[in-house]
Amino acid sequence: MAIVETKNIKKTYHQGKVKVPALCGVDLIVDKAEFVALAGPSGSGKTTMLNIIGGLDLPDSGSVVVDNHRFSDMNQAGLASLRLHKIGFVFQAFNLIPVLSAIENVEYVMLLQGVPESERNQRAKQILDDVGLDGKYDRRPAELSGGQQQRVAVARAIVSDPTIVLADEPTANLDSQTGNDLLLMMKQMNNEKKITFIFSTHDNMVMDYARRLVTIKDGLIVNDETKAC
Amino acid sequence: MYTILAWRNIWRNPRRTIVILMAVIIGVWSMIFLGALMRGMETEMVRNSISTLTGSIQIHHRDYRNDPVVENSMDDMDKLDQALSSIQDTGTLWAKRIRVNAIASNARHSGGVTLVGIEPEKEAKISFIGNAVTKGRFLSPEDKNKIIVGNAFLKKFNTKIGNKLILLSQDTQNEIASKAFKIVGVFNADAEAIEKQFVFVPLVQASKMLKMGESISEISIVLPKLDITGKKEFQTARKLIASVNDDTIVIETWIELLPMIKAILKMSGFFLYIWYFVVFIAMGFGIVNTTLMAIFERMREFGLMKALGMRPLQVIRGVVTETFFLLILGILIGNILGFLSVAAIAKNGIDLSALAAGAEMWGIPRILYPEIWLQDVAVAGFVVLVLGVLVSLYPAFKAARVTPITAMTKN
Repeated sequence: MAIVETKNIKKTYHQGKVKVPALCGVDLIVDKAEFVALAGPSGSGKTTMLNIIGGLDLPDSGSVVVDNHRFSDMNQAGLASLRLHKIGFVFQAFNLIPVLSAIENVEYVMLLQGVPESERNQRAKQILDDVGLDGKYDRRPAELSGGQQQRVAVARAIVSDPTIVLADEPTANLDSQTGNDLLLMMKQMNNEKKITFIFSTHDNMVMDYARRLVTIKDGLIVNDETKAC
Repeated sequence: MYTILAWRNIWRNPRRTIVILMAVIIGVWSMIFLGALMRGMETEMVRNSISTLTGSIQIHHRDYRNDPVVENSMDDMDKLDQALSSIQDTGTLWAKRIRVNAIASNARHSGGVTLVGIEPEKEAKISFIGNAVTKGRFLSPEDKNKIIVGNAFLKKFNTKIGNKLILLSQDTQNEIASKAFKIVGVFNADAEAIEKQFVFVPLVQASKMLKMGESISEISIVLPKLDITGKKEFQTARKLIASVNDDTIVIETWIELLPMIKAILKMSGFFLYIWYFVVFIAMGFGIVNTTLMAIFERMREFGLMKALGMRPLQVIRGVVTETFFLLILGILIGNILGFLSVAAIAKNGIDLSALAAGAEMWGIPRILYPEIWLQDVAVAGFVVLVLGVLVSLYPAFKAARVTPITAMTKN
């Protein structure tokens, strides 16, 4: 079942009078519980693709459907609601709210969703335990290592059982061991909770973990391969 | 958690928060403190004016105030006494007076004065004259041909205690009445004009001189507690009017008797609120500037929040909550400092003697005792809080309008 379906996505950025094409007609279908890596060199368009799938950016043309929601039929409030309830995000950096503790960062999304406090707290603790951060609930981001911060970000992304998690170069700022641990954890979440993961990356380790590798170059998909189990 | 988030956010940059907090505190403090000084001045002005023979309420013949002659006197004393006894407020005092224009003369000078015939014992309790005699002695009801005059009058007439003074006026039979009085006391007043204008004799002596019999010119009533709004006086006056039920008698409160004071009170209230507004404008720029700085610093964070699904209204709510905390804290500390400052000078007041000559013209007291009105405290708090929250909407809307992508890619 297709969770993400994009057709002929085109996106051009304007830097002054210069037009910079980012995506030049991308078709992509991602099914439920896939673990997909969008790979490619810097400037290839993978982050733009991820942003468009996440409803953070809109294409100049083409259609995007996520979990049966067609973006062209939705306004900004609708897209915000979709992000809140269906999509989890893990960014490369600046993932967490610095004045909130680890557990509060995780609870924050549930707060926006209107989940009652007692349930929020219970679920946040559970998910932090799952990502290996038990006992670190009350630490602020500045008191956590880079890997631990990304774990909190993953915990926040999956705590409300989203349909899809979009991760933009999640291991870019981590050392290889920490990055490896993070990927293992996400893979485990993918297997156990059947959450769809889409990464953008140019890290070979992430590509190795991906079951499906979509390579983008100059705004076009140049390769789409699914590894055998 | 919104509350926790807002509270922690305002302490992310403590120095900046303290600077804007200081602006709010000083603003609120100045509102409370200057407001208290102004209200203290107003109250003293009214109290002085009431004490200077006006009283809280006065009763006259209908035409007396336009033409203060002996013909316009009140003679039905029984009816008036009955009405006065109907006043329920314990502690209310009143005194009868004869008050006519007269000419005072001695061997060297002559000039116009206001001859006031008083009931010495009662008058001493309701007007300034009871405590104003600084040389000689006050009058007693049994005094015959005795008079007290002001210090400035004494100098003007180049006379002294023990000397004679001739008073001339028109009696009830339209004849010139004259009588010689011996100066037994000298009084001081806040204003030199009062010392020159008024001379006091016992009511009985004035009555005999002017052949007024039982008639009097006015009754001055002083209520136990001054109500600067004049509402209490108005209520009492209405009861008296109903009780007297005589259209030849006019009963007026100090608000009607002192139109100039009424105008000054209105004007000073207006100026106070203008001051509030000026303070707020200065404060408002600080609030907008600080909030904008805080928002620009956290643009990435707002982008992240919006990426996670936070709605613009929730962003606005967050920013406004931060400003709300800042303002509440500032108002609270400003109020505490304001109350403490007022308490510190409440006992001895502020001595305005150096400005006495100028202040006297406006009836401003020589020593100013501040007075806090809860109404002013509430208005100051309301102005700062509501307008502060309103001006913070501008940066809040700015934060709400950011798009996640542009915000998160900002350095």
